[in-house]
Amino acid sequence: MAVETQAVKQPIQFSAPVVGAAGGFAGIFVGAANGSVLMGLLLGFVILAALAFVALAVLDPKLEKTFKLVLVAVMAVAGYLLGGLPGLVVGAIFGWFFGWFIYWIGMGRHRVPLPPYLTSGQVLWEYSFRVIAGAIFVFLITPILVVMPLSFNAEDFFTFTPEMLRFDPEGYSLKHYRDFFTSSEWQQALRNSLIIAPLATFLSVSFGTLAAIGLSSEHVPFRRAIMAILISPMIVPLIISAAGMYFFYSRIGLQGTLMGVVLAHAALGIPFVIITVTATLVGFDRSLTRAAANMGADPVTTFFRVQMPLILPGVISGGLFAFITSFDEVVVVIFVGSAQQQTLPWQMFTGLREQISPTILAVATILVAISIMLLTTVELLRRRSEKMRGMSPG
Amino acid sequence: MSTLKGSGPQTSDAPTPEDAFHEAAALDAREGEPPHGSGNDGPVLAADGTPLKRSLARALRAQKMRALALIAPLLIFVLLTFIAPIADMLFRSVENQIVRDTLPRTVEALADWDDTSGELPDNAVFDAAYTDIFLAAEYKIHTRLGSRLNYELTGVSSLFRKSGRGLDDIGEVYLDQLEDLDENWDEALPWAELMGTADSVAAYKAWVEAEDKARENDEDFNDPIPAFEMRDGIADVLPRTAEMYSRFAEFVRVEDEDSPFEEEPWTIVLTRLYEDLRDGDVSSYDGPRAEMLKAADELVDSPDFQTADLKSTFEEIDEDWMDLAVWRTIKTYSPAYTSGYFLNAVDMQKTPDGPALRDEDERIYGLLFKRTMFMSLVITFSCIALAYPVAYLLSTLPMRTANLLMILVLLPFWTSLLVRTSAWKVMLQQQGVINDVLVWLGLVDDAARLVMINNQLGTIIAMTHILLPFMILPMYSVMSTIPPTYVRAAKSLGATNWTAFWRVYFPQSVPGIGAGSILVFILSIGYYITPEIVGGTTGTFISNRIAYHISSSLNWGLAAALGTILLAVVLILYWAYDRIVGIDNVKLGG
Repeated sequence: MAVETQAVKQPIQFSAPVVGAAGGFAGIFVGAANGSVLMGLLLGFVILAALAFVALAVLDPKLEKTFKLVLVAVMAVAGYLLGGLPGLVVGAIFGWFFGWFIYWIGMGRHRVPLPPYLTSGQVLWEYSFRVIAGAIFVFLITPILVVMPLSFNAEDFFTFTPEMLRFDPEGYSLKHYRDFFTSSEWQQALRNSLIIAPLATFLSVSFGTLAAIGLSSEHVPFRRAIMAILISPMIVPLIISAAGMYFFYSRIGLQGTLMGVVLAHAALGIPFVIITVTATLVGFDRSLTRAAANMGADPVTTFFRVQMPLILPGVISGGLFAFITSFDEVVVVIFVGSAQQQTLPWQMFTGLREQISPTILAVATILVAISIMLLTTVELLRRRSEKMRGMSPG
Repeated sequence: MSTLKGSGPQTSDAPTPEDAFHEAAALDAREGEPPHGSGNDGPVLAADGTPLKRSLARALRAQKMRALALIAPLLIFVLLTFIAPIADMLFRSVENQIVRDTLPRTVEALADWDDTSGELPDNAVFDAAYTDIFLAAEYKIHTRLGSRLNYELTGVSSLFRKSGRGLDDIGEVYLDQLEDLDENWDEALPWAELMGTADSVAAYKAWVEAEDKARENDEDFNDPIPAFEMRDGIADVLPRTAEMYSRFAEFVRVEDEDSPFEEEPWTIVLTRLYEDLRDGDVSSYDGPRAEMLKAADELVDSPDFQTADLKSTFEEIDEDWMDLAVWRTIKTYSPAYTSGYFLNAVDMQKTPDGPALRDEDERIYGLLFKRTMFMSLVITFSCIALAYPVAYLLSTLPMRTANLLMILVLLPFWTSLLVRTSAWKVMLQQQGVINDVLVWLGLVDDAARLVMINNQLGTIIAMTHILLPFMILPMYSVMSTIPPTYVRAAKSLGATNWTAFWRVYFPQSVPGIGAGSILVFILSIGYYITPEIVGGTTGTFISNRIAYHISSSLNWGLAAALGTILLAVVLILYWAYDRIVGIDNVKLGG
């Protein structure tokens, strides 16, 4: 085992300036919001350095909890005086953060997760790196989080109203959700999506699973070429697929029909089914089918009673991929479909382009909830399939 | 059995017929040595007495067929629903039959015209164009041809629209004079008598009587009008008239669902009649309406019969017909297949001296392709820059924490594209969340809110966010296979942090960067939705132009050519991706 790094109390000559620097950085924003950046920076530095000094050099270490609580309360009050209710929240967060930060730095706790031989420069780099990565995670997730509160906006705006920032219940309402559930346009779009996506998924899963089983056998001639053709709908840019399908389907009279959209979406979903099912089949022990055949099962029975239950997780997650592909798809449906086949994403697309209504955000929130559910399902299936693969011999 | 392993690819799990097949091959190869379990040198036999090799080959073939039978339905499905549309698009990018189909006579007549001579085509061409455009106008397809040629030469569309209406003027000259002579020339039935068989005319007359009778008795009468038939001999007397009249008869029957017995002929038929009467001799004709025809012949031969000059009538309709460029365009685009769309797609055009670049201010596609490439590169590089630290962190953290943080990557990946695009619209607008926060913090003045949407910046930010998971996931899967001991070893040998990273860690992570970059680049050059919503006019891609040509300008050929070029770029990249990563290694959701 690696040597555990012990938390060693840092000298106050180190702790106070570091905490002060962090305070100065926070002070820049507070200062900017209140008129003077320089004042904020200086005051932030001085106040936090002083606080660190008080906490670490003056007070008894046993008073840590009390000090943290007092700091949260004081900062919250200060924030309220400076910026009202939002200020109170921000202040409390600042108080909580700095309370933790002072002791984290001062008591040397920040060194605990790191190897003991690192220099201070390396420690600084390690934590800056984590802050950078954290900022990227924030970039990834913020847009999705921002949509949610905005969908409860009482006004027809795409932005936070002062009422919302004051946490005034008046500023929030469910009216956009009501819009979504009562507007015939949105409901029609939802219905269309719920008709098209399952049909397309059914087509791609049933054809795709069979083909994946065929492909997993070792004696397939032209395996690479066949694979390339089957995967191609995923590789070709959607706009090109859409253009080609629009031209071809109007030639054969499928353009503007439900059938056309379903076929197009099924084609787009097939690569996902093929990829996930072939991946599952890699771990499938084929002596099981031979054993079944040996005991007198015909190929159909073998497939449904032996093979299918074992590869089911892969089939389901492939199906989910195909479903989300169709459920999310806009470009192809815009070209291949007509107004009667308007789906949810299409309605959102027109909404975003033409009349901007926050109903879109309500729909977006619902869709995010759906995707969280799907993500969980796929993740659980993946774990299950990995576990099963681990159990099967070979 | 184990001694023979390695004679060919073996299955990892259990024996298959192929194992035995390889084994048999190996046995054969070891000639001289006695085979297993037999004293003699004869071939190894299966239980039923056939040589083992043959029976194994049969088993293998059966297995191949079964595999193909399982794949076949899907393969056919994909070929029909996906590959055929792509092939259709490729075909449309060169297909140009509309000119040839709509103006067949003109195209043929123009073949002899030298388009560099600087002279207008001769009367034969104008005569062919008269017929073609007149017919096209009757079938209402002349405007379609007009808009097709308008892509190549602005103004042709209105030229064809005007000509469709105006070409009646030529025939009217003859019609007016002949009508003054004998009103029957503007009647349907006399024409039908002149042109049709005696039987069909008689049948029609009987039908009219029957209808009259039914009307007198107030009965329903639903018998169809008897069919019109051209008389055999008339084409010898009036060749051109007969040809045009039979076109007319067919048109009336098929398009109007009427009968030539009840419709007076097109004016162009009278023009042809005039020509036949001028050039031919009808004195020997003794069929129906001979008197009427002979009188007309006399009129035509009389000196004060007025004629219409083709060229000047065309000029009256629109002066552009005297413009060489119009004729040149028709001639240039007369072949059934053209490279014109592709030339257009790369900002070139056909000229008499071969393909040449368009004028500076007309070049848009080169700019768009360059912009698409440039912005895709910027997006790819920002994705690399953002994904690298994240993937590194995920691959070094303990499994539990890494899995938790992975959710933050997978959630955007699973969230609807439209949701993320609308989120960015909310974030980036001038009254949006980012600007609000910056103003609240005092970093930006309320009057000088940042413009981050409807320009390139908006597209780059939103698409970087949308494509970031596609970069993180392959990078992560490569980085998690890099053993941390290497970097430690390098450091213990005296490498600085930077050297250890740059010389030891980074080279091992390059495959992940490559895979992610190609994936992101391929995805981004074909993006349509996000640039359309947050890109404004300067942040749009070539795909937005393709969509515009399909749905707004209806220049499908150009859209197909642009699509084909884009497809070629993507396929080359895809090929490279296959080389670097392998199609089979595409992983989804980590």
